[in-house]
Amino acid sequence: MTRALALHIAVLAALFAAQYLLPPYHHTNIARIMVLAVFAMGYNIAFGYTGLLSLGHALFFAAGLYTTGLGIELWGLSAAPALALGLIAGGAIAAATGVLALRTGGVSFMIVTLMFAQAGYLTILYFGQYTRGDEGFVITRAARSIGPIDLSADTPRYLTALALFSVALLINLALTKSRLGRAMIGMRENEERSRMLGYNPFRIKLIALVISGLYAGAAGAAYSVLFGYVGASFAAIQYSILPLLYVLLGGAGTTLGPFLGALLMFYLIDISSGYTTAHLFVVGAALLVLVLFAPKGILGWVRDKGAKWLP
Amino acid sequence: MTKLIGMTPSRRSLLKGMAAGATALALPGFVQAQSSAPIKLGFQLHRTGIGAAYGRWYERTTQAALKVLSDQGGINGRPVEVVFEDDGTDPKRGAEVVEKLASQAGCDAIFGPLFSHVVIGSAPRAGELKVPYLVCSEGYHVASGKLNRWTLQPGITDVRAQVSSMAPWVTQNLGKKVTMVFPDYAFGHDHRDYFTAAIEAQGGEVIKHIAIPPTETSFTRYMPQIPKETEVLYHVMVGPAVLTFVKELGEFYGTGDRPEIFGFIDSLEAVDIASPGLEFLEGTHFWEGHCRAKQTDASEHETFYRAAVGVDDNGASISDSKDVATYAHMFSTWETLFVLKAGMEAAGYQGIADRQKLVEAIEAMTAMPESQAHPQGAKIFNGKTHQVFGHQNISKVEGGKLMRVHQTTVEESMYESDVDYTTMSF
Repeated sequence: MTRALALHIAVLAALFAAQYLLPPYHHTNIARIMVLAVFAMGYNIAFGYTGLLSLGHALFFAAGLYTTGLGIELWGLSAAPALALGLIAGGAIAAATGVLALRTGGVSFMIVTLMFAQAGYLTILYFGQYTRGDEGFVITRAARSIGPIDLSADTPRYLTALALFSVALLINLALTKSRLGRAMIGMRENEERSRMLGYNPFRIKLIALVISGLYAGAAGAAYSVLFGYVGASFAAIQYSILPLLYVLLGGAGTTLGPFLGALLMFYLIDISSGYTTAHLFVVGAALLVLVLFAPKGILGWVRDKGAKWLP
Repeated sequence: MTKLIGMTPSRRSLLKGMAAGATALALPGFVQAQSSAPIKLGFQLHRTGIGAAYGRWYERTTQAALKVLSDQGGINGRPVEVVFEDDGTDPKRGAEVVEKLASQAGCDAIFGPLFSHVVIGSAPRAGELKVPYLVCSEGYHVASGKLNRWTLQPGITDVRAQVSSMAPWVTQNLGKKVTMVFPDYAFGHDHRDYFTAAIEAQGGEVIKHIAIPPTETSFTRYMPQIPKETEVLYHVMVGPAVLTFVKELGEFYGTGDRPEIFGFIDSLEAVDIASPGLEFLEGTHFWEGHCRAKQTDASEHETFYRAAVGVDDNGASISDSKDVATYAHMFSTWETLFVLKAGMEAAGYQGIADRQKLVEAIEAMTAMPESQAHPQGAKIFNGKTHQVFGHQNISKVEGGKLMRVHQTTVEESMYESDVDYTTMSF
């Protein structure tokens, strides 16, 4: 077993053990953070590994969230097929966006993905008759179960979030070791050189974006069932920026960075709000310090300081 | 292995300890100490985000209500603490705040949120945690039956009641051909659906619906869509673009002929009616949940409430005349706190094990007479729909002040509903 795999398994084991040790408040928080970390992991695959700076990932998250939510509430699906549809929706919307947006690059890609996400947000509001627009809707508690397992109960919710996070993390780890993962990094480092070596940049970037969309869709789908709410605010610009901040904080291009970033960002807001009403100032100051002193994020800094094996 | 002599308790000492513990539990003094501990109430506050203007005044109103309540001896003779936590006017953070207040701060109940999306995003978690969640939202989502047994709205009426009860006065006094301008999302759609139906029931007609996308920052292109034959222009907008909307409406009509204008004060909450550009509002009408300007017939309770919160006769802070209150809505937090007091006292509330009794006690409430606890006016609570009904005020801008010209009865705002939360399980 490599050091990297051992570290990842240790993190998962710690998260499994945490459910028995954490007080109820943090128990639910960690479940929520694991789901959001899957979203951020997806973002990291596009941004951290492939160099695609997107401002449209809220669209992919919302695709999973709404497909699952509407699947249950409008079409009467049970949670399991609705979750599967949410996953697929995230990937499909990412593919459709990528086919058009990947004709651009750099800042243009960022603007085009932002426009796609904004169009998605307005579409949700436009079909308010079904989506209840900005208010959103609640998924009835009875529908939030798979067979006899009630996903609105604390322990099943935690374990489901952990299962999703574990699968996502291990696939991410495998991806970084694979030929595809190395090709993705090649796109980030030098696209023209990769093209010269025979890679098709458009194809590789599209695959990376679809994988990223699948992650975001899975997170959105899981969020709707585990937490019981579907709303347009999750499709707004701030939910495209949040995974970027998680990744920048934890370390872009590191497998554990998105989780670490989501965890720290959550508790930075949560703890600072207990001391000051200006907690958003604290968050801003922390991000400034990070950009100035550890621009590669926390795990990027750790990797630079000697842990070269950190994936 | 080394055995630590003397560290292991003997069976006798263990039994002694257990007996001492049981005796302590049975002592009245201990019970007294338990029951005199403060009651903790969580307040889900829109301190930042789109609801910040409301949040600032909701916090002040609640602090004032808490002082009055404490001066009266608290709840069941116990002191009361209110824990404020910012939700950023965001539904995701809202659910986290409910969790934090209930699980970490150990609050007995939670109240205070206004914005519908925050309420709908947070209510599922309140239901899962089985914590009473009293919202001040005026949305129809509570009475529609889509939330849960733990979510109640006893402090403010809902949009359906508001618009339905005022439609008769509008058709009889302003005109029967109405054009509606509203935000193109759920809150606006509730206005569209229920006001249109109410106008038609009065023999009137909504001749045009103009839905404004929420991303708009300028509204001039929508103004020409208002039909010339419009007799009443009905407007309701929320958010930062409100002032722009109202100013542009004034620029569109200028000093020429205009239809009668009836708006929801939501368009101008926390905004001074005397602001430059709003002169054209002179002679127009507004809905107000609670009249911003002190009326000549203000009750002693209204006078007391206004002074306690620190609002002058024009509806601004007594310490800063430019700091205009969200007066039409903020009474809801005051009244909700006193509903909690009445509910806890009726339920003989001791601790979180009595949360269900508290909900049942509030569900059993009916008449809420005008009083210091209900300074906005008398109300009737429907325990089945978890929704309160009350008076609505229609005010006219006269000399730059909002002066009430009509008040509906409580009964006019009531409507039939099949919703019955009391049949739902806890």
